Amino acid sequence: MKEHAQKAAEFIRNESRTDWHDEALWFVRSKRDKASHSIGEWEQLRELASQVKDNVLSNLDGYLEQFEANARRNGVQVHWAADAEEHNRIVYGILEKHQARNLVKSKSMLTEECHLNEYLIKRGIEVVDTDLGERIIQLKEEPPSHIVMPAIHLKKEEVGELFHEKLHTEKGASDPKYLTEAARQHLRQKFLAAGAAITGVNFAIAETGGVVVCTNEGNADMGVHLAPVQIHCMGIEKILPKAEHLGIFTRLLARSATGQPITIYTSHYHRPKAGGEMHIVIVDNGRTAQLGRAAFRNSLKCIRCGACMNTCPIYRRSGGHSYGYTIPGPIGSILTPGIDLKKYSGLPFASTLCGSCSDVCPVKIDIHEQLYRWRQIIAEEGHLPTDKRQSMKWAGRVLSKPAWYNVIGKLTRWAMMRLPRPFLYNRLNEWGKDRELPEPPKESFGEWYRKREKS
Amino acid sequence: MKVGLFIPCYIDQFYPQVGIATLELLEKLGCQVVYPTGQTCCGQPMANSGCERDAVAAYHHFVQLFHAFDHVVTPSGSCAYHVRNHYDIVEQTEEVKKIRDNVLDLSEFLLDILKVESLDSRFPYKVGLHQSCHGLRGLRLGQGSERALEKSSKLDTLLRMVDGIELVEPSRPDECCGFGGTFAINEPAISVKMGKDRIADHENKGVEVVTAGDMSCLMHLEGIIRRQKKKIKVKHIAEILNGTQP
Ligand code: SF4
Repeated sequence: MKEHAQKAAEFIRNESRTDWHDEALWFVRSKRDKASHSIGEWEQLRELASQVKDNVLSNLDGYLEQFEANARRNGVQVHWAADAEEHNRIVYGILEKHQARNLVKSKSMLTEECHLNEYLIKRGIEVVDTDLGERIIQLKEEPPSHIVMPAIHLKKEEVGELFHEKLHTEKGASDPKYLTEAARQHLRQKFLAAGAAITGVNFAIAETGGVVVCTNEGNADMGVHLAPVQIHCMGIEKILPKAEHLGIFTRLLARSATGQPITIYTSHYHRPKAGGEMHIVIVDNGRTAQLGRAAFRNSLKCIRCGACMNTCPIYRRSGGHSYGYTIPGPIGSILTPGIDLKKYSGLPFASTLCGSCSDVCPVKIDIHEQLYRWRQIIAEEGHLPTDKRQSMKWAGRVLSKPAWYNVIGKLTRWAMMRLPRPFLYNRLNEWGKDRELPEPPKESFGEWYRKREKS
Repeated sequence: MKVGLFIPCYIDQFYPQVGIATLELLEKLGCQVVYPTGQTCCGQPMANSGCERDAVAAYHHFVQLFHAFDHVVTPSGSCAYHVRNHYDIVEQTEEVKKIRDNVLDLSEFLLDILKVESLDSRFPYKVGLHQSCHGLRGLRLGQGSERALEKSSKLDTLLRMVDGIELVEPSRPDECCGFGGTFAINEPAISVKMGKDRIADHENKGVEVVTAGDMSCLMHLEGIIRRQKKKIKVKHIAEILNGTQP
């Protein structure tokens, strides 16, 4: 329960680094503001996207079947995976069949979610994440800290050091251009040697059976075009009914994610290339369970833009790793309780309910409302610490009985006025560690008012 | 017009001057204000901690005290937001429905109901407005910086009616202060860091007094300001609109 608080406190101990992290993400949020506010119909686009997704979620079964049929007609092999384990098994099976020992990957949070890399590496497959940020954290053996900028927690000097160690770049070099070029050269060999390429999927179009991947580095294309086998892994919620809906989402996605009008590449894959094979793996992994929870189903509208992370004042000051899940930040905090309520019971409390996330969200997910709702469920299922649970029971009693409330209020103020400082400020007082308590007035408003009424 | 005044628990106990300023201001503007005695709390502290069931008794108590008024006014966007949005777990009787419609933050009451256009108050200081989140994004007392809509703010509109005031906007116009109710004690490190950052933003703009529509945000900021012995002050917007000097 206290895990996020502890990790956040550790993160903040290095205050200048916290400030740097906060500023870096605030910069992205500001770019997003500029890009989105510069088109007049932004709020209508959000509403439209939200409605399209409502339709998708209400008719998901039908759209998925339509998608599958159309993809098969295009010569694509479609697989269904109930959970992460099955997804990994399917991918491994495809690789086995083709004796592919080297795999390149691009743009897939889903494979992160399924821990595909570990699964394959254990079975002797070389897995290379080809997007720069992903490659950095893969070399560093760390999980991503952000869904769009997975290495945002690292400074360029640290990347320089890492590359010096792993890719033998010059010691002390930290020029991003130089480092990017080094990564590119190193990845080129990997691309050429790859027996298969995996990409994630931003959108899957039911009407055409095609999938769409939005990238800035072009690695999805590079992998898919060079390797004989291409595999696209998608969650069931990635469906859009028609190709004509795509424009709404590509406009929203890039602006929300990085403040760009559009991602550099918007790649459409419809059928295998001549002599090649194309597979699509459709994954549930807890999504239908979430779909069945009325208050939380619209969390499945998420297009993984990351904007809610960039705007979250807590994420910016605690870093993605403090959440302990592949998808951190506000959206992670409403997805995780559905996966393991007990384990992630602290995350819905890692928020002030300020609501900024819901207002940046391009598909209008009511994130902060869902955080509030998860809190209720966590308490009801008994995952609050006992002292907290008890104190709330008492607070509830006192605050519904005016006589008790008045007496306790008076006593509290009296104690705050009279008690020596160590009684008030000690390790039990979390408020008072770095803050003063309010200066207690002699009389409450209620007392003042009663006097005024008498005179 | 019969106006019921709701003074949230922490204002009642720790910041009576904010309640007094609210009452005086409303009376100056010609309202007949009743403060029903026996009031306690809207129930938000329990509910935001996940224990809304424990808040139900407080909800009923609140409804029983206030349902007869045409308007219930409170100097707290956060409490008004809570009643309007989260009193959905009790039976929606006529009384409950009525109160959920009629609870207003002070700024809403002044601008939307009383249609105030000028105020008789003076506050010759450099003031920075802290946009409390529940008022801003919950009650939509203005447009948050996230949405691509025309900028507006009820609090700002009201402050501009005060004579001598110099309003300064912080570089991040509506970032959360980090209070968040029990968040402040569940995650003290991050809560305080957020507060420090807000204060620094206002200080960098030369602000002398930070104001807000919610005293809870200011209680948190003031706690940090006093611990760090800073010069900057806090004042609830009701005090400034009523002309209370720092
Ligand atoms: S919840 Fe909304 S803002 Fe957050 S990543 Fe998903 S789409 Fe983007």
